[in-house]
Amino acid sequence: MKQSGTIMYLEGVTVTFDGFQALRGVDFYIDHGELRALIGPNGAGKTTLLDAICGKVKPDAGRIIFGEMTDISTLEEHDITALGIGRKFQTPAVFKSLTLFENLSLALRHRRDVFATLFSKLRPVQKDKIYATLETLGLQHKAQQAAATLSHGEMQWLEIGMVIVQEPVLFLLDEPVAGMTKEEREKTGELLQWLAKDHAVLVVEHDMEFVRQTAQRVTVLHEGNVLCEGSVQHVQSDARVVEVYLGRG
Amino acid sequence: MKHTPAWKLALVPTAILAVILLIVVPLLNALGFVSGYHLNLFGKYLALAILALGMGLIWGYCGILSLGQAIFFGLGGYAMGMYLMLEASGKGVYGEAIPDFMVWNRVTTLPLHWVPFRSFPVAVVACLIVPTLVATLIGWLTFRRRVGGTYFAILTQAAAFATWLLFNRNELSLGGTNGLTDFKTFLGFSLSEPGTMRGLYLLTALLLVGSFFLCRWLVGSKMGLVLTAIRDEEQRLRFLGYPVAHYKIFIFAVAAALAGLAGALYVPQVGIITPNQIGVLPSLEIVVWVATGGRHSLIGAIIGAVGINAARSVLTAHFPEWWLIILGSLFVGVVLFLPYGIVGLPWQCWQAWQRLHSRRGHRKRAAEAQRLGELEGSVMESKTV
Repeated sequence: MKQSGTIMYLEGVTVTFDGFQALRGVDFYIDHGELRALIGPNGAGKTTLLDAICGKVKPDAGRIIFGEMTDISTLEEHDITALGIGRKFQTPAVFKSLTLFENLSLALRHRRDVFATLFSKLRPVQKDKIYATLETLGLQHKAQQAAATLSHGEMQWLEIGMVIVQEPVLFLLDEPVAGMTKEEREKTGELLQWLAKDHAVLVVEHDMEFVRQTAQRVTVLHEGNVLCEGSVQHVQSDARVVEVYLGRG
Repeated sequence: MKHTPAWKLALVPTAILAVILLIVVPLLNALGFVSGYHLNLFGKYLALAILALGMGLIWGYCGILSLGQAIFFGLGGYAMGMYLMLEASGKGVYGEAIPDFMVWNRVTTLPLHWVPFRSFPVAVVACLIVPTLVATLIGWLTFRRRVGGTYFAILTQAAAFATWLLFNRNELSLGGTNGLTDFKTFLGFSLSEPGTMRGLYLLTALLLVGSFFLCRWLVGSKMGLVLTAIRDEEQRLRFLGYPVAHYKIFIFAVAAALAGLAGALYVPQVGIITPNQIGVLPSLEIVVWVATGGRHSLIGAIIGAVGINAARSVLTAHFPEWWLIILGSLFVGVVLFLPYGIVGLPWQCWQAWQRLHSRRGHRKRAAEAQRLGELEGSVMESKTV
């Protein structure tokens, strides 16, 4: 079921590293079922914004409101994840000595505490879900292989799959197509479109062509601030954006 | 290709090992093929194998390198030692109701922290609970603050050193540098009787097999996946929503309880526990056992502990001055050439053989291609002619 309205908003979020302000009072919102791209030059604060949302860094000021009026900026990472925010990292982060099946089984939605883990058993429904996800990723024939044997692109997909089976409401992806071949990019683009059917997706991306193909709305960050926001055409015709970002290359 | 879970593959060798330890060795002893002395030595190795199992869990599976496992071993050993001392008191040189070393230190009444150890059940519970609590505390202070890797190793090493210093103090009333010794009986059975030693051996072997199956179950359950995931990519697991610190504290505490159990079984068989079994050096040795045996497998940890300790018994009898050099070179050798330890050797050989094979195949194909190329070349030449 598709809900409408805002799923998350940030208010005046500021993040400082050793005196350097990576984010300077960012206001930002994202709706249910939206596919939003986050672009901007290096050091604009794109990754930091994702880090602040998922709890990897703690903001010095501001609020991050997710869902039913919860300020998540003070919660621990695993609690934020439990609320329904999934994160895909820039460099593929998968459990290399485990099989693809095991990688996904760890990500499945279930209780995460120590004692639940001791006595947990996979139900047939859950196994089906894992195989279905592997099929979506096109990796079903490698289910019992160690993740270390995958190519770079396949590892990226596996990690996306791990976030999918977590069933998050909001999906954060950091440069998912970096280092991918053209075919892999297209496949990833389709995967994201499919995801955006019932998730909110926030994707950091450098590749403008990829952004043009996949995203509905684009937010441009520059020096820790939101510079401009809107459709791809709107952003591309904005003089400031052209100057700081697009015009350069 | 059918996928057989690793634990099923390991079941057969495990069962064979259990039968040897629990039935064959005691039977040989009863028939006179294995002397009581050797059975006792073997019992000591098996106690140390329980300690190594815990190290295999935390280091091999979860990637936590602790250089202080001897602390927990010592706590378990001292708890059992205190019970044995109290059981022996009154039968000593002075005939007092307190241990002899207290008489030398002019202590007249039993210190308060000794009183509960009059009871055997309390001593047994303490052997397990005290190391568990200390490990939980260390884990709580470190893992929750994301202290890991080398920092954790150094911290635990410092803790081992501090514990060694502490147990050397006479103020603790634990026998200072001399430790606890001169035990007489265990649950009323004389420790100089071969029958008691046989019983202790059997108990140790039984508890080793039990501990092994407990660990096997742990790593075979989803817990094993989580532990491996922590070793591989801790941050990914955190963002899958797992409270990683809780898992690390849990497994560290389990390893500590195993170490405490090992200490409790070691002390009555060896007859002494001193601060020297707690410090930095014994802690490091545990790492060497597990690395040598193969840290990614529980059987490897057991093989390493039993193998190196048996080698120590043999070699220190013949070349006492060479032992440390041998141990050191062994460790360096293992680190350089055997990353998967002794149990990983067959696999390593198989890999090497396959590489060789594929290279040979490659060369063959290259030669073939070259031959074809030459053939084509000669055809071309004939055409130009």
